[in-house]
Amino acid sequence: MDSPHIPAEHKIGLRRFIIASTMLFIVWLLLVGNLHWSEIVVGLIVAMLTAWLSSHHLRFLDDLIFNKATPWHVLRYLHVFFVALVRANFDMARRVLSPTLPINPAFVEVETHLKSSLGKLILANSITLTPGTLTVDVKGHYLQVHWVDSTPGTDLKHATQAIAESFERHLRELIQ
Amino acid sequence: MMSILIGNIFILIGALFLFLGALGLVRMPDVYNRIQAGTKAVTLGSLALLFGMSFLHPDWIPKLVLIALFILLTSPVGSSTIARAAYLTGLQPFTKEKKEKT
Amino acid sequence: MNAVAFYLENISVTLMCCALFLGFWRLLKGPSVADRVVAADTLAIITTVGIVWMAHYMDSALYLDIALVYGALAFVGIVTIARTIEGKQ
Repeated sequence: MDSPHIPAEHKIGLRRFIIASTMLFIVWLLLVGNLHWSEIVVGLIVAMLTAWLSSHHLRFLDDLIFNKATPWHVLRYLHVFFVALVRANFDMARRVLSPTLPINPAFVEVETHLKSSLGKLILANSITLTPGTLTVDVKGHYLQVHWVDSTPGTDLKHATQAIAESFERHLRELIQ
Repeated sequence: MMSILIGNIFILIGALFLFLGALGLVRMPDVYNRIQAGTKAVTLGSLALLFGMSFLHPDWIPKLVLIALFILLTSPVGSSTIARAAYLTGLQPFTKEKKEKT
Repeated sequence: MNAVAFYLENISVTLMCCALFLGFWRLLKGPSVADRVVAADTLAIITTVGIVWMAHYMDSALYLDIALVYGALAFVGIVTIARTIEGKQ
C-alpha cells in the first residue's frame, strides 16, 4: 500500500468518512434491533452513502481523538458524568421539596481550554446536567454559567472552575 | 418475576423524578431556575424510566437505548438554547434582594 | 408479586399525569415567553416517555418509533422557537 503518498486532506476526508459511517451504522443497528444479514447489508450501504453525501457538513468529527486509550477515557468520563447527574438530581429534589426554596442564583464565567466547538458543546451539556449549574452562553473561551447556590463568601470562580475541570480532564483526551 | 418488580421500581423512580421536575417548574421563581429544575430532573427521570422499561421488555432494549441517548443529547441542548434566548432578551435573574423587597 | 407490580405501575402513571398537569399550568401561566417554552420542552420530554409507557401498556413496539420521531420533532420545534424569540429581542 502507498499510504504515505496519499495527500493529507484525503486522509482526513477518509477518516471523517469512516467515523461518520460507523456511527450511522451503529444507530441503524439500534433502530433495527436484529442482526439479520439483509439488515446489515442495507445498513452498511445506507450509512456509507449518507456519510459520503454529508461529508462536507461533518467537519466537526475531525476534532475527535482516537487511540488505544479511548475506550478507557470514555468509560471514565461516563462515570464522572453519571455520578454528577445523580447527585444533581438529589440536590435539585432537596431544593424543590424544601418549603423555603434555598436558592441564591448568580452568573459566573468559566474558562475552558477546549478549542473545538464539539468539545465546547459536550462540556456545556455536561455542565448543564451537573449540580446547580446551567450553561447559558458560550463566548469564545468562556462559558457563561448560571449557578443556583452562590452563598456569599464562597470563592465562586474557583468552585465553578473545579466543576468544569473535572469534566475537562477527561474530555481533553477525547476531543481537541 | 423478580425482573418485573425491579423494572416497576425503576419506572416508579423515573415517574417520581418527572413529577419533581414539573413541580420545580411550578415552584421556582425565575426562568433560569425553572430550566435547571426542569431539565435535570426530567432527564434523569426519563433515563430511569427507560431503564426500568428494559427490564419489562428485554427485546426492546436497542430502541430504548436509542431513545435514552437521544434524550440525553437533546435535552441539555434545548434548555441551553432557551436559557440563551432568555438571557439575550434581557430577562434578569432572580436575586434574594428582590425577594425581600416584594 | 403481580399485585405489587400493578400498584407500582398505577402510582407511576398517576405521578406522570400530575407532572403533565403541573407542566400545563406553567405553560398557561408563565409570565414570559421563555417560561412557556421551558414548560413546552419539559412537557415534550414527559410526553416522549409517556409514549414509551404506552408502548408497554399496549404491548406493541411500534409506539417506540412514534416516541423517537415525536422527540426529534419536539426538539427541532423547541430550538426553532427559542431562536426566534432570541432574534426578536
